[in-house]
Amino acid sequence: MAMTLHVDIVSAEKEIYSGKAEMVFAPLVTGEVGVLPRHAPLLARMKAGEVRVRTESNEDLYFYVSGGLLEVQPYVVTVLADTALRAKDLDEAAALQAKERAEDALKNRQANIDYAKAQAELAEAVAQLRAIKRLREKTR
Amino acid sequence: MAVGKEIRKQIKSIQNTQKITRAMEMVAASKMRRAQERMQAARPYAHKIRNVVSHLHYAHPEYKHPFVIGREARRIGMILTTSDRGLCGGLNTNLLRTALIEMKAWHDQKIDVDMCTIGSKGFMFSKRIGGNILSHVSHLGDSPRIEDLIGTVKVMLDAYTEGKVDRLYLVYNRFVNTMTQQPVIEQLLPLPASATEAEELKHHWDYIYEPDAREVLDDLLTRYIESLVYHGVAENQACEQSARMVAMKSASDNAGTLIDELKLKYNKARQAAITQEISEIVGGAAAV
Repeated sequence: MAMTLHVDIVSAEKEIYSGKAEMVFAPLVTGEVGVLPRHAPLLARMKAGEVRVRTESNEDLYFYVSGGLLEVQPYVVTVLADTALRAKDLDEAAALQAKERAEDALKNRQANIDYAKAQAELAEAVAQLRAIKRLREKTR
Repeated sequence: MAVGKEIRKQIKSIQNTQKITRAMEMVAASKMRRAQERMQAARPYAHKIRNVVSHLHYAHPEYKHPFVIGREARRIGMILTTSDRGLCGGLNTNLLRTALIEMKAWHDQKIDVDMCTIGSKGFMFSKRIGGNILSHVSHLGDSPRIEDLIGTVKVMLDAYTEGKVDRLYLVYNRFVNTMTQQPVIEQLLPLPASATEAEELKHHWDYIYEPDAREVLDDLLTRYIESLVYHGVAENQACEQSARMVAMKSASDNAGTLIDELKLKYNKARQAAITQEISEIVGGAAAV
């Protein structure tokens, strides 16, 4: 029997493919790469393109990825696909937005955390919850 | 005859409330199932990327990424995951209390805390107590997407890289089961040493990096942290829905007992009124 690889293709939100394969092709930023069993350990960045999995029955399966990372261990290939379009500027813009959201909402805040006040507030809420629980037990 | 008109009115209003809480309970139940599915769907990625990162521990890269190098804590960052809405029992309160105790402990060591809040409850809380919020995102909806978190997390990662914070923690509710949610504080940065042991990886080896170690590790570790945060958010959402379901169920039950009590009171009042009327008629007839 020919040697096989174990392939896992996952994205952050779900599992896409998991199974055995004879060969895997992946679109790296430096060009397409084909991975056979006993490949040297490789960690590489992928660009948008197709991941091709050749199964034991010599079928080709195609998976589109919009980028991500490829990890190769001698008998295991892991494709960590991105679901989001990633680019440095896009990430930067998103970060800026998140910062702005925080700053906008924070315009009039006190300077320092008043721990005593905060703790008292939370303790009150907890006490209320406890009281409600006790009331509930009483009515049963 | 207007016997117990007030009581009837009260019963009616409680019944209306009960209808609402029951509807909310059912909505939460169906949302909970979907949130749990989403939480489970996120597991393979989290598991795989954790594997890769733990492999990395055994590799011997010539480049050490700042995320793996620990340093003395002078200022720490905390990502606080809460729900957007209330009416979910003590879920947020318990979480915030855990976070506050932790913050107080840091504060006592003269270490300040920078916050990053996901969800408006945590944001309102941090704002009220005067926390220093670096980034914020809320209203992720029922199906949070990783795109929505990238920016928020990046602010914290940048702060770490620039040395503004020396530790990064994630605070969220762990989903134990429908009845139990547990607030947890997890250290994200510097990456804690992994516990997974892989015998075959003990020998000296390293990856081939394409295009180069620095860029790839940067990508990998950023995604790793993002996936942890995403997983935390997904888990927190499952917690929120189940906590809401339980809270609404007990609210409906309470409304039920209240209605029963009021009905009893109403019937008694009605009976008393009838008895009184009869005795009045009998008394009147006897007097004639």
